[in-house]
Amino acid sequence: MSRFVVRSERLAARKVGGEMVLLSADDSSLLLLNEVGTVVWEAADGRTSLDAIADRVCAEYEVDAATARRDVEEFVAALAAAGMVTTVSQGTGDEPAA
Amino acid sequence: MTGPLMDVVRDRAFAGRVPLAVHFDLTYRCNERCVHCYLDHEDHGEMSTREVEDILDQLAESGTLFLTLSGGELLLRKDFYEILAYARRLRFDVKIKTNAILIREADAARIRDLGVRQIQISVYSHRAEVHDGITKVSGSLERTINAIRFLRANGLQVMVANVLMRQNAMDYEGVRTLATELGAEYTIDPTITPKMDGNTSTLAYRMPTTQVLHVFRDRSLVGEDFCRPASPEENRSDAILDGLPCSAGHIACYITPYGDVYPCVQFPLPSGNLRQQRFDDVWHHSPQLNEVRGIRVRDLATCPSCDHVSTCTRCPGLAYMEGNMRGPSSADCEKSQLRASLAASQGH
Repeated sequence: MSRFVVRSERLAARKVGGEMVLLSADDSSLLLLNEVGTVVWEAADGRTSLDAIADRVCAEYEVDAATARRDVEEFVAALAAAGMVTTVSQGTGDEPAA
Repeated sequence: MTGPLMDVVRDRAFAGRVPLAVHFDLTYRCNERCVHCYLDHEDHGEMSTREVEDILDQLAESGTLFLTLSGGELLLRKDFYEILAYARRLRFDVKIKTNAILIREADAARIRDLGVRQIQISVYSHRAEVHDGITKVSGSLERTINAIRFLRANGLQVMVANVLMRQNAMDYEGVRTLATELGAEYTIDPTITPKMDGNTSTLAYRMPTTQVLHVFRDRSLVGEDFCRPASPEENRSDAILDGLPCSAGHIACYITPYGDVYPCVQFPLPSGNLRQQRFDDVWHHSPQLNEVRGIRVRDLATCPSCDHVSTCTRCPGLAYMEGNMRGPSSADCEKSQLRASLAASQGH
């Protein structure tokens, strides 16, 4: 079953120097994502499935599908543990065209 | 914000000339009449909701992360929450500066729900007669304190900003204690600036030397290194002399309620207007901002040969208001000299 990633509304986010900066309104914690993390964050719109996000990483970087899937899963789990995203089983709308 | 990660973000912003931090005053209207205020509170045609939102779109596109919304008293704008919600949808990190006297319990919950990270609130004294005497509004301290309680009860981070001047300089310990009791952070600001139109009447409220020295002696307030004397080697080092006077115009700027862009709220150098120009055009091509960006410490008129150059907190905006953005800021010169005299008296 597909899962979808929804960004927390409690975060500020901006790309600075090509990489995403996240800042929590609740505890002022600051997180800098690397290039791949930035791709995942930007794709985490609640409509794009985790599988599709992994496909996007796979297409943009020289990494095989299984590795991309595992890395994306781990990264999203870490963000979820920090309260920065949630994963849901229902997307919030139509999946955007790739 | 400070810390190693923040340093990385700032370095990237400097390298890419990103307007990382923008202070946006939504109105100059105010419901207090603070004696030292530098603003003209008449509304000379502040921007509409749509104009403000268009500018926020442009700032987000340009890379602004830190957005300070202030005034005047910004809660006087009927569209304040609409603008705030719009800013948060664009994922700005929002800090609000307010006197808070319009903030009731429901407002505090709304501000929390919209994801504001910090609210900075001016408190001049823990004594109503002193605070209300500065704001010229009877009951203002009580209302401000009530608002802080509402905000804290909603888990919001509150910073009590204690502007020090002649009338309240000796009350800072009381305000700091009050802030602690309320669960708020505390900061002092000893800077009293001329009015934006150049009128210097407000400077009469600056603390006299004896009061400044009293504050500077309190290390719990100013930090252990505050009176550290500068070494001659530091003062002549390239790191200091090739350094930037401050971040104004480099990664930060200020926008007035009328769309004027300045390098900083304390540096009222007209650099463009967002009713006539796109923000990116002003930010990247304003001759005034580019002039500010070109200034290094070694270009300043008298500072490079000063014994305090490496530790001075010279404000280019105050220097500009004194007539020369490359000149000294006399208030900061005085502070440096007082710090040096304290360092000498403490045996440094």
